[in-house]
Amino acid sequence: MTGQAASNAWSSHEGAAALAAPTSTEKRRAFDGRILLGFFLPIAIALLWEAAVTFGLAEGRLVPPPSRIIATLSALAETGELWTHAWMTLWRVLVGFIIGAFSGIVLGALSGSSKTLRQLLDPTLQALRAIPSIAWVPLFILWLGIFEASKVALIAVGVFFPVYLGIAGAILSVDRKLVEVGHVFRLSRVQLARRILLPAVLPEAVIALRSGLGLGFMFVVAAEFMGASEGLGYLLVDGQQMGKPDQILAAIIAFALLGKLADSLLVAGTKPLVRWQDTVRERL
Amino acid sequence: MLSFEHLSKTYADGTRALSDINLIVQEGEIVALIGGSGCGKTTLLRLIAGLDRESAGQIRLDGEVLSGPHPAIGIVFQEPRLLPWLSVSDNIAFGLDGLSTAERQARVSHALEKIGLVEHADRWPRDLSGGQQQRVSIARAFVTNPKVLLLDEPFSALDAFTRASLHEHLLSLWEETRPTVVLVTHDVQEAVTLADRAVVMQPKPGRIFDELPLTLARPRDRTGLPFETSVRRVLTALDHSLKAPQAQPQRERDRQAAALWW
Repeated sequence: MTGQAASNAWSSHEGAAALAAPTSTEKRRAFDGRILLGFFLPIAIALLWEAAVTFGLAEGRLVPPPSRIIATLSALAETGELWTHAWMTLWRVLVGFIIGAFSGIVLGALSGSSKTLRQLLDPTLQALRAIPSIAWVPLFILWLGIFEASKVALIAVGVFFPVYLGIAGAILSVDRKLVEVGHVFRLSRVQLARRILLPAVLPEAVIALRSGLGLGFMFVVAAEFMGASEGLGYLLVDGQQMGKPDQILAAIIAFALLGKLADSLLVAGTKPLVRWQDTVRERL
Repeated sequence: MLSFEHLSKTYADGTRALSDINLIVQEGEIVALIGGSGCGKTTLLRLIAGLDRESAGQIRLDGEVLSGPHPAIGIVFQEPRLLPWLSVSDNIAFGLDGLSTAERQARVSHALEKIGLVEHADRWPRDLSGGQQQRVSIARAFVTNPKVLLLDEPFSALDAFTRASLHEHLLSLWEETRPTVVLVTHDVQEAVTLADRAVVMQPKPGRIFDELPLTLARPRDRTGLPFETSVRRVLTALDHSLKAPQAQPQRERDRQAAALWW
């Protein structure tokens, strides 16, 4: 600990000296230190648990130690099972996300930009939103069968609402002062939408899409619980029925990695669009 | 020539923001609208810009009755109102959509040079100071070569030094095309520095109280005696405009007091 503190002091010293002309290596070093701190707690807990099982303080049957989870993961990866399941889950999320996000953007834009349409659409959509999405499952199965269509529909419903709310809200909260600048330069409705409203709502739209994607991953599990022969959700159910907690935890870890990966891709893909933002968020 | 004929504005809640404004602004003239808060200065400007509709009367630009935003009228708001997702030069070029690329570039680079921000052309507005942002906003209004330029207290949020330098930037841009300028301000010094005429307004309802010609030669020496005299004249008029409504009840009270005494 003392060593770490000393090295921190040293690096902040260096940082101060390099303030005039910060080099990329200096920046990277300061950055890495922060990130490593986030790993400390989970690794410490994992090591403690591993030690507890190794020294016989705990049995580890229902809560398998990290080494056993890693072994299960690599075994699943070797047989190729992990990739099939992960790909299946990802495919469902992707299709559901595209459908849900697209309709959310379209309806959100309509209800955000026209008062009449808002009064027409919004009450119905808000009422539908109040229904827990899982409640649709029996109906979707009756309507769409037990295969992919019903699963994708459930995910699309889950993605739709946060995107719809986010987009409509973002359009309604566009700064009136900037809209006036558009009026002064006599922009038409289409020009106003393209040159002022669209760029102004982009940052919030990205946040809406991200929370939509998060919910997509939530609902894919629910969808796969209702009877699937493939997918990470199937691994969870299978692990429960076969009494294999290590498989459940392996699937959970795969979910975490997959979700984080998809979110990072979304952030990286939309970053060029919101580079101009004057907020701290870009540094997070 | 910009003219107002019996111009009135009453808001939906019944507030009478402007009542029977009659004024003629000559071409190339700089007019300062000055007065206490709530006297309808900004409302008048918004009516000229076409951002609000008048309740009665009309505004004419060279005989043409104005209805809605007009291409020959530019405005600089109290805040810079730059579009944060456009670079400085794209912000300046915002109103130049109909022009060829070469013409647009020429105008923008000339404007950048005039406001002294050439090296900031490709930066985001967030990287600029308040004074620099307001300079960009002024340039954005000037590049379209407006016949009439409206300034809505554009310097009120800036410190005295920045304000003085922006006055110079503004006058040097104005010298080139000499547009008609209507400047809203509550700063008497600013009015005397920039304007050819000060129009003093009075609140509740907003109306014109007095007009004072400011005929000092340009460039104006802010420390000279004539400047001081003009400032004092405007201040006196402003004082009267604010006191006038209270003067009536004051005399009334005196009379009642006198009646009681006897």
